[in-house]
Amino acid sequence: MIRFILAKLARAFLTILLVVTFAFVVLRLSGDPAQVLLGPDAPQDAVDAFRARWGLDDPLWQQYLAYLRQILSFDFGVSMRDQSPAIDLVLQRIPATLALTVPALILKLAIGIPAGVYAALHRQSVADRGVIMMSIFGFTIPSFVLGLVLVLVFAVRLDWLPSGGQSSWRHAILPIATLSIGGIGILARFSRSAMIEVLGQPYIRTAMAKGLPWREVVWRHALPNAAVPIVTLIGFMLGALIAGAVVVESIFSWPGIGRLIVVSVANRDLAVVQCLLLVIAASMVVANLLVDFSYGLLDPRLRAKPAH
Amino acid sequence: MTTATVLPAPHLLTRIRLKMPFLVVLSMIWIATMVLVAIFADQIRPYDITRMDLMARLAPMGTPGHLLGTDELGRDVLSRLIQSIRVSLVIAFGATILSAVLGTTLGFLAAQFRGWVEHLVMALADFQAALPFMIMSLAVLAFFGSSMWLLVCLMGFYGWERYARIARGLAISASAQGYAAAVVQLGANPRRVYLRHILPNVASTLIVSMTLTFPEIILMESGLSFLGLGVQPPQSSLGNMVGFGREYLTRAPWIMLAPSVVIVLTTLSISLMGDWLRDRLDPTIR
Amino acid sequence: MSPLLDVRGLVQRYATAKPLFGKANDIRAVDGIDLTLHEGEILGIVGESGSGKSTLGRMLLGLERPWQGEVRYRGQPMPAPGSADWRKLRADMQLVYQDPLAALDRRMTISRQISEPLEIHGLAKGEDARDRVAALMARVGLRADQADRYPHELSGGQRQRVVIARALASRPRFLVCDEPVSALDVSIQAQVVNLLRELQERERLTMVFISHDLKVVRNICDRVAVMYLGRVVEIASSDRIFSDPRHPYTRALVSSVPKPGQGLDGRIILKGEPPNPASRPSGCAFHPRCRHSDAGCAATRPELAEHDGRLAACLKLGHARPVAA
Repeated sequence: MIRFILAKLARAFLTILLVVTFAFVVLRLSGDPAQVLLGPDAPQDAVDAFRARWGLDDPLWQQYLAYLRQILSFDFGVSMRDQSPAIDLVLQRIPATLALTVPALILKLAIGIPAGVYAALHRQSVADRGVIMMSIFGFTIPSFVLGLVLVLVFAVRLDWLPSGGQSSWRHAILPIATLSIGGIGILARFSRSAMIEVLGQPYIRTAMAKGLPWREVVWRHALPNAAVPIVTLIGFMLGALIAGAVVVESIFSWPGIGRLIVVSVANRDLAVVQCLLLVIAASMVVANLLVDFSYGLLDPRLRAKPAH
Repeated sequence: MTTATVLPAPHLLTRIRLKMPFLVVLSMIWIATMVLVAIFADQIRPYDITRMDLMARLAPMGTPGHLLGTDELGRDVLSRLIQSIRVSLVIAFGATILSAVLGTTLGFLAAQFRGWVEHLVMALADFQAALPFMIMSLAVLAFFGSSMWLLVCLMGFYGWERYARIARGLAISASAQGYAAAVVQLGANPRRVYLRHILPNVASTLIVSMTLTFPEIILMESGLSFLGLGVQPPQSSLGNMVGFGREYLTRAPWIMLAPSVVIVLTTLSISLMGDWLRDRLDPTIR
Repeated sequence: MSPLLDVRGLVQRYATAKPLFGKANDIRAVDGIDLTLHEGEILGIVGESGSGKSTLGRMLLGLERPWQGEVRYRGQPMPAPGSADWRKLRADMQLVYQDPLAALDRRMTISRQISEPLEIHGLAKGEDARDRVAALMARVGLRADQADRYPHELSGGQRQRVVIARALASRPRFLVCDEPVSALDVSIQAQVVNLLRELQERERLTMVFISHDLKVVRNICDRVAVMYLGRVVEIASSDRIFSDPRHPYTRALVSSVPKPGQGLDGRIILKGEPPNPASRPSGCAFHPRCRHSDAGCAATRPELAEHDGRLAACLKLGHARPVAA
């Protein structure tokens, strides 16, 4: 188990290092970082001071080390627009994004997994068909189309809900629905397959043959085993959630980090983009790490064996 | 015997397909239509995509001469849709092939050389899987600005890590025991082993993965274009049509609906066909 | 006459996965083997699974580099696996596999697979290659109309014939057969063994025949080496091994082969655990299962020594003259 955790930590650290390196390479390829991080309108003496401070005339590897040091001290440069530190802008926006993504994730789990398990236990039923239809939905309808259709129906035609903004809880309903509907279908479909697979295993038949009540077979034997692949999928879904937030926040003018990244990319506010890239990557890596650990807890085989 | 590893991917839609096999036929007809539209876009387009008809702005669907209506500048939606299908399909095709070639090559290199090469490839794959692709694309587009070439190349990185993992895994199991080791033992050089033996044997699995990444690339490209950061005007893609149509959601929803329907039907068709292909080609089933 | 293959002090070890704390445990699959193979000879290697016989076979072919010791082929050291010299040498030495279906490419017709060595080593092209493939197929007993079949369309015995034809395509001088018939039905085994014997006689091949099954080895080999946990415990001519086995392990193996007209009354049942290379007993590796063993066997490792015209490694065989093998 210690080995498992250490291996995962090493991998996570390596991944973050790769992301930082990626940011460094892209930054250097795209032009002079002094210009990039200070903006094109920066006065010459500020540029010179910046160059001297970050050693931009040093060899590349020294610059790379300097860049690492800079990142480690949470210095991501300043935003082109109002000269405030990029990290502050990003941190300000995080609560708004969490206000959408956390409820969406909870909805996905709370509806998706039970629906999938129910469908697996009642195959060929109406609910089962519904789950399959929902998953087709989730796979094929892009979130921007879904979001616009929801706006068209619930905001424009029916006029029940606001189409954008952040002033009340009602404003959050459509964005959260857009973020979660597709994922619910996918998760339900996946839970269904995982459950059906587990139900076909010999140990389930054994448990049934020895006369355990069906309810107990499901709770004690089937669900814990189906949980392992489902948890893996949740790790993948976090990335989709962040990507979805980018689109959804744009559609509904929701002032979160997704909206921030789109606006910053459009304005080429590179310091902010770089900061967002690193913050999102770091949180993804941490989230995946947590998923890996819970995976280790769920699957006793992983606890004993060293990770490969 | 080699033990075949069954991919944990759910057998999406399998049951529906079994009940209604004609859906696969419909999907194929739709995909074929889309490909034909993309190839003959110049011939079948009723109007030039930039031709404005200021007398007929925001004309609804079914208007004579403008079957799918017109947009805010009086440009014909059908013509723009046809051009968009071409652009989106070209990007998706190009990117799918790029990412399959890139990923498979890296996976084979990892399998052949093992050691640090393998560690590097797997670390890169972890990196790719850890960072949401959309965020990475946005960062690259921010730093370099958007162009058609950059977009195709960028999308060409979408999903490479899946091919790399599959190709590496299959090549290692083929080399450890079985036909690949046997051919090496005959004195074949690595190029022959990989191109003549391993590649044909793993091709079916790779093709199935391609049918999975293809619709995802369409969705990714249209998502970026929707945000105004992918395909740039005056060129048009399905996503960017939806993006511009969004402004007129209340007054002219057809601008946005037509490309949305095309996106949904195309991704659905390819998913259905991919599912069918998997059943046909997957050696673990046979 | 100089030997075709000369093997000195061969040791192969594999490291097990290294635990976080402590030292990696290594397994000695082959633990000190000397052998000499003469041109045209058939050597049988027998032993239980885990005795290192397959590893030895792979090292004889140069498919694996030994950890210690060396293999000389025609007086030359074996080139490094994967090098150009090594690839060239493959035309001269070939391997016949246990599982023919796994050794064949299931997406290629058998005639194309048989002609692969010809292409790889540039031995024949076009019409010439087709003729040679047809001749090879005929020689191993495959019908001409089977040329365009795929491996899964053939029976197990036919697949093994394809593997043999492919192995012979480049006219090798040295052939290692690693359990060539153990995956086949008993009724087919004799056919394939006879085919190998016939081909060996016609081509004057030098052959190493690896098997866990003494019955199979007996019919084909000139000499037999019995392996136990990575070491040769007895090596002698086939007749001697079967008529008069000396090492207790060989005796147990030979006694388990049924003879016509006799029951299995004299059968020696081995006690104890089957050998595990990860925990090798001290002294004579066989002593925990040997009914003649005593304290000395657990302390001293026996070396191969001559007893009545064969080499055996057992402390209980009396003080014979040790031989520099």
